[in-house]
Amino acid sequence: MPKFQQATLANGLRIVAETDPRNYSMSLGYFVQAGSRNELDPQSGLSHFLEHMMFKGTQRRSAEDVNRELDELGGQSNAYTSEEQTVYYATVLPKFQDRIVDLLTDMMSPILDGDEFETERNVILEEIAKYEDQPPFGGFERAMEIYFSPRGLGRRVLGTSESIEAMTAERMRDYFNQRYRPENIVLAASGNVDFDALVAEIDQRTASWADRVATETLPADDADSIPEGIELSNRVATPDAVQAYCIQIGNGPSSASSQRHAARLLASILGDEGGSRFFWDLIDTGRAEVATCWPQEFSDRGAWFNYLVCVPDDLESNQRFMREIIHNVVEKGVTKEELEQAINKTAAGYIMQSERPSNRLFSIGSRWLIHNEYVDLDQSLTNIRSVDQAAIAEVAETYLSEEPTEILAC
Amino acid sequence: MSTSTPSSADPSSQSEITTHPLPCGMTVLVQPMPWLRTAAFTLSLRSGIQTEPDNRAGLASMVCEMVQRGAGSFSSRDLVAMQDNLGMDRNSGVSTATSSFGAAMPSESFGEALNLYADIVRRPHLPADQIEDARMMMIQELRAIEDEPTQRVMKRVRELHYGSRLGRGNQGTMESLAAINSDDIRQFYQANYHAGGAILTVAGRVEADTVVQLAQEAFGDWRTEDVDDAPLPSGAPVYEHIQAASSQTHIAFAFPSIPYGHPDYFAMRAGIGILSDGMSSRLFDRVREKRGLCYTVSASCHSLINAGGVFGYAGTTPARAQETLDVTLGEIRNLPSDLEQSELDRWKVRIESGLIMEQESSASRASSLASDFYQIGRAMPTAELSGIIEALTLDDVKGYWEKHPPSDYRIVTLGPEKLNV
Repeated sequence: MPKFQQATLANGLRIVAETDPRNYSMSLGYFVQAGSRNELDPQSGLSHFLEHMMFKGTQRRSAEDVNRELDELGGQSNAYTSEEQTVYYATVLPKFQDRIVDLLTDMMSPILDGDEFETERNVILEEIAKYEDQPPFGGFERAMEIYFSPRGLGRRVLGTSESIEAMTAERMRDYFNQRYRPENIVLAASGNVDFDALVAEIDQRTASWADRVATETLPADDADSIPEGIELSNRVATPDAVQAYCIQIGNGPSSASSQRHAARLLASILGDEGGSRFFWDLIDTGRAEVATCWPQEFSDRGAWFNYLVCVPDDLESNQRFMREIIHNVVEKGVTKEELEQAINKTAAGYIMQSERPSNRLFSIGSRWLIHNEYVDLDQSLTNIRSVDQAAIAEVAETYLSEEPTEILAC
Repeated sequence: MSTSTPSSADPSSQSEITTHPLPCGMTVLVQPMPWLRTAAFTLSLRSGIQTEPDNRAGLASMVCEMVQRGAGSFSSRDLVAMQDNLGMDRNSGVSTATSSFGAAMPSESFGEALNLYADIVRRPHLPADQIEDARMMMIQELRAIEDEPTQRVMKRVRELHYGSRLGRGNQGTMESLAAINSDDIRQFYQANYHAGGAILTVAGRVEADTVVQLAQEAFGDWRTEDVDDAPLPSGAPVYEHIQAASSQTHIAFAFPSIPYGHPDYFAMRAGIGILSDGMSSRLFDRVREKRGLCYTVSASCHSLINAGGVFGYAGTTPARAQETLDVTLGEIRNLPSDLEQSELDRWKVRIESGLIMEQESSASRASSLASDFYQIGRAMPTAELSGIIEALTLDDVKGYWEKHPPSDYRIVTLGPEKLNV
């Protein structure tokens, strides 16, 4: 059985692990409370830009050294930034534990070199341009901006070309000192890990992180203004698109809500890729390319997305189909058979995912970072299996009876 | 760093792969992985794109879709309900040579799941009243690709690389899809769905004897036919530009190479690994990290049974596109001139780690077994592969790339301006 262990260091940094000596690999990740919702207007895109710069060298290692050593350990390593966190992770063979701990920990004290900053600015601008060419052409970001306002949860993770062009390395260093303090960081590990060795090493290596102090004081954002580079129209311009892209956003449960399990099952019954209500009416019939829905959980709020892609001429009739399906589930709930099917499918998915430590890492690390809570596989299965028809009906009523906000890209 | 590679702890010693040719023509391969809770299978039939009539592009995919719309005593909805209740994470797809059906699941579901797929491939209803729906589904896929510039250039460069017969995509064209009728579907199914050349691979918490017995019961009396040899590739060097008002210029390129199973394959593959696997690889380091030219740049190997290719992609804003193309192709050309031992060592550790971590995934093993068996006619045990990788020297890699410099590029760009090629 996997074993859960945790420790909090004197400086406030938290360490959690789900260890299992039978695994062939181990995963390690730093989870940092630094996301776009933590940014002010002049910092827009900074969490993500900083994530890139964390690979660009430390006192002990050049940028080349960092990338080379990550590759020398042979595993999978990467990083990502969301609205609420930035995560740096690696999966390696257990014999490399000491080296990957040393490397990832060292990376958490970057030098943030000015020349590297200038080169990387171009990479970020390319990343923004890349997503402008990809369906739905910024439609999800627009939905978040309109629904949550373009600040807080609605602030786009990549920032805008304008905010990235105006960014300075100085401001990044200050943001780093503000966010990458030990109390904002969880180190998570999973798989074939020596936990005691990990804690001893980290305790010694991170003592100075509490000295990080931000100096810049930025004024609060003017809530009546729209940040530079942001548009709030419900129409997204797409010069050449042949398909129509429709995104709907409404309220959903937060990651703290006990309704989140029922919401996930409801989304499976309504919008899963195979065998859901949307699937049978819209995909199996060839009426739409995509017709799906999902709840997106944040720490204190949530959203519910519906997503439809089809030929522009069919948009209106397909929107009507989706509306009727949703209306029907609010009125009548779901059948016992549908719910059982969704529970069986979801539970099997959890079991299969848990076979790889790299999959477990993210749920363990994020959950501990945001809620100081550990949910093991058996508890997750119990949570899913104990959802009944009444709970689904309540979730449908709570979150799907109001008209969602709609964004069109076509 | 350590230059030795971690092959001593060979996990495959616990999980011997066995091969069982059934009298009907199907070959069953089993790899027990008793430490897992799951089982996975891949069922691969010789009904790929290359068996389609010339003017019926998309037919193999259409039939792959239609066989899943009701089979045996089950309707399309029954099938999905049973698959979900068995906890199957499933996939199906058509490649140049094969149609594949696969799934991973909690191991106790395996027997029932296999029977369900025997119904699907052997007793499909092919309901005439659902052909229009299946056709519409495929048209949606075609339209989706039109909106994805990366997919669009990669699909096009593949056609140019292998030629119209071997290189065409599985989605067909608007015209070819419109032409497909119920007779085409029935004939294609009759001609290409049989045990001849079929491969069933199973990995995970299973026992070989049980699997073979189940397979014999499910497929033992399936009819068999001979399968044709693959057509020859017919691509030629070319540059093609697709005009578009995109934010980036999307660059796809390909050049001929050797397929998996060729004695020099891993010497070639290591070179591409040094170019493109990992964050210290040459393309990532020299095109992106040092010059900031792009966010995505990569190259990879692709194999058919009788031909191979190296395919690459870079996406960058138009002002930097020419430099990106020049630097990228320059790095590929110069590969053998300054190879370092440490680059090969890093690549070896990466491959070795991947092989060991594959032991955590039954789905990944089942699908590797199927593609190995199709490509080289036998299973490739992890220990053997590990030995080949370990024995590879820098001179092998350098020698291969000096003797076979990339040439005959096929290049496709999509964006506001043509490039100089």
